[in-house]
Amino acid sequence: MTATTTSTTLTFAKALNTALADEMEADPTVVVFGEDVGPLGGVFRITDGLTKRFGEERCFDTPLAESGIMGMAVGMAMNGLRPVVEMQFDAFAYPAFEQVVSHVAKMPNRTRGKVKLPMVIRIPYAGGIGGVEHHCDSSESYYAHTPGLTVVAPATVQDAYTMLRESIRHPDPVVFLEPKKLYWSKDEVDLPALQARWGAGGAAAAGPRIGRAVVAREGSDATLITYGPSVPTALQAAEAAAAEGRSLEVIDVRSLVPFDDETVTASVRKTGRAVVIAEAPGFASVASEIVARVQERCFHSLAAPVLRVTGFDIPYPAPKLEQYYLPSVDRILDTVDELQWEEA
Amino acid sequence: MTTSTGKNRKGSTGNPLDHMPRTAPDSSRAAESFMLPQTAPVQLVDPDGRHVHNDMYPLPDGRQLLTAYRQLVIGRRVNDQANALVRQGRMAVYPSSHGQEACQVAAALTLGDGDWLFPTYRDTVAVMARGVDPIQTLTLLRGDWHGGYDPYEHKVSIQATPLATQLLHAVGVAHAAKLKGENTVVMAMCGDGATSEGDFHEALNFAAVFHLPVVFFVQNNQYAISVPLKHQSVAPSLAHKAIGYGMPGERVDGNDLAALLGVLGKGVDRARAGGGPVLVEAHTYRMQSHTNADDATRYRTDEEVQAWLPKDPIIRMRSYLSGLHLLTEELEQEFAGDAEQVAARMRDGLNAEVQVDPEDLFRFVYTNPTPQLREQAAKLRDELSRESL
Repeated sequence: MTATTTSTTLTFAKALNTALADEMEADPTVVVFGEDVGPLGGVFRITDGLTKRFGEERCFDTPLAESGIMGMAVGMAMNGLRPVVEMQFDAFAYPAFEQVVSHVAKMPNRTRGKVKLPMVIRIPYAGGIGGVEHHCDSSESYYAHTPGLTVVAPATVQDAYTMLRESIRHPDPVVFLEPKKLYWSKDEVDLPALQARWGAGGAAAAGPRIGRAVVAREGSDATLITYGPSVPTALQAAEAAAAEGRSLEVIDVRSLVPFDDETVTASVRKTGRAVVIAEAPGFASVASEIVARVQERCFHSLAAPVLRVTGFDIPYPAPKLEQYYLPSVDRILDTVDELQWEEA
Repeated sequence: MTTSTGKNRKGSTGNPLDHMPRTAPDSSRAAESFMLPQTAPVQLVDPDGRHVHNDMYPLPDGRQLLTAYRQLVIGRRVNDQANALVRQGRMAVYPSSHGQEACQVAAALTLGDGDWLFPTYRDTVAVMARGVDPIQTLTLLRGDWHGGYDPYEHKVSIQATPLATQLLHAVGVAHAAKLKGENTVVMAMCGDGATSEGDFHEALNFAAVFHLPVVFFVQNNQYAISVPLKHQSVAPSLAHKAIGYGMPGERVDGNDLAALLGVLGKGVDRARAGGGPVLVEAHTYRMQSHTNADDATRYRTDEEVQAWLPKDPIIRMRSYLSGLHLLTEELEQEFAGDAEQVAARMRDGLNAEVQVDPEDLFRFVYTNPTPQLREQAAKLRDELSRESL
């Protein structure tokens, strides 16, 4: 984003908060609810000020019951509203899983599109914040594996704002994964310009991001494919590699479902090498799926097997151990080193 | 609210379907005891077809009962015909509501046009009584798609299979209606087994906390597949659970069409007037197995089933309406003819060979199919075109 006189420093959290407020202002059918999202503004303050500004009919606390929140959202969406629900933490969303899998994901299909469920399930997710247990799960694979759900994970302040507004306007249910460790990340953003693009044109004018990956950094020697909390780590790794004379391209997938095969494939065909990076345990994961897709589409362009840097296949570790679990710059660079350069 | 004590009150301290008690006649009881159900299920017509007086629930008008009775006759025929169609291999399975038809009919008939019904898989007769086409209703069980009808056309949600999950959708529809200022009431149906599910608890609690116009209607047919009620709950009754959520609960004879219309109707009126949710438990009996794939003789005795035969909802209503000379032989024949027409329509619709379209696999998963689904659909299309060469 070009810095202008209207450019301001915005945190990821404030971008989300602003997107919610702007969408509630633009569309009176948008309602926000969950646990502690009312006067408190959410445990991460993403809903800060919404109850005060829009009233407690538009942004309200519910009884402490995630399945209840999700099931009620289904009914509200059936009856003309656009609910945006907050699951307080990734691992606290599991009680709602039956509603998500059996109804949110299936209702439009069961009714042959007669019932649309334009709802957003916001989930603060993943680790790297020193959280105690049940507060750091990377649960994206559960949702990405469920047909009917759209699953996105923004990694930049601009995407946080734009993708949340796009998700609220999306005709189908969206699982909106918010990397907790990025909540306090900042960027210079021309907010009025971003907001202005959400006039009459909506997502089309704002530049649709659902289903579109983005090249976060251009490079020529290998491609790092990642999303959510691992994007900044991958960019740091690319920076470090550049200092060593290796040019790494970084793809921010940002939309897990639908997946942008085109952007990912074009990059890997260009570089001939790829590493997929994600925090979740690697076995049967989104990272596995990306590796498989790249291999299927880019086999003749590949100079080395596609490798992964993921979380280990263990429950998310205690805070003092998470540094060994999370994909780090060193693990990424070591893995890049294994891409059979000597044979090139 | 009446303060007189009728013979069927049996210690009730007030009308459970009024929102707030004025006074508790028995000062030793807590003021909130108005939320407790009456000590016996409300009955207005006994199994012999005789009117039972109840201070709180006047007997519905004879004409209204006659209209409802016609639906009862049709409902029984629908159950019989559906069972036959399963035996003939035309439907995969059918969970029959034989014996529960009065509950089915009353649930549908107490709602207004703008209201919503949330049925389970055993509520086929209620869905049809609300006006959904019989073939569309049974399409789910015919096996060519998981739905069958447009829920908005008659404001009937798609039949839910995972227990109690639909109760929360009902709460959501009611909540949206309330926020939009619409005068909608939602009838949320489930069975006795479903009251053990977490979603039952969450739905009742949410409805009460947000003071929503929902009538929770539990058909207690005594069994959850093979498991009897005593293994689900040791509460004094399922209706007693209501007070735990701060809403009134009521029990009703689930084979008494008149009592069901009275109790459910009052619940609907109360909800519409802004009184909040209620829980109604109907005592009834699943006369047949869970589905055709079940064998009820493994878990209950024939004596038990036989004991329920004289309590049949159709017998008593026929006897009562005949006694009033409202139901004549001619009308009885007319209703039977109407029922036969529905059955014939079911046979025609379900015996017809349905053309399935493989493209339907992909068409409705998303509003705009993903590139991945378009690719998979193209591959299947290609595969099928080569097979047909």
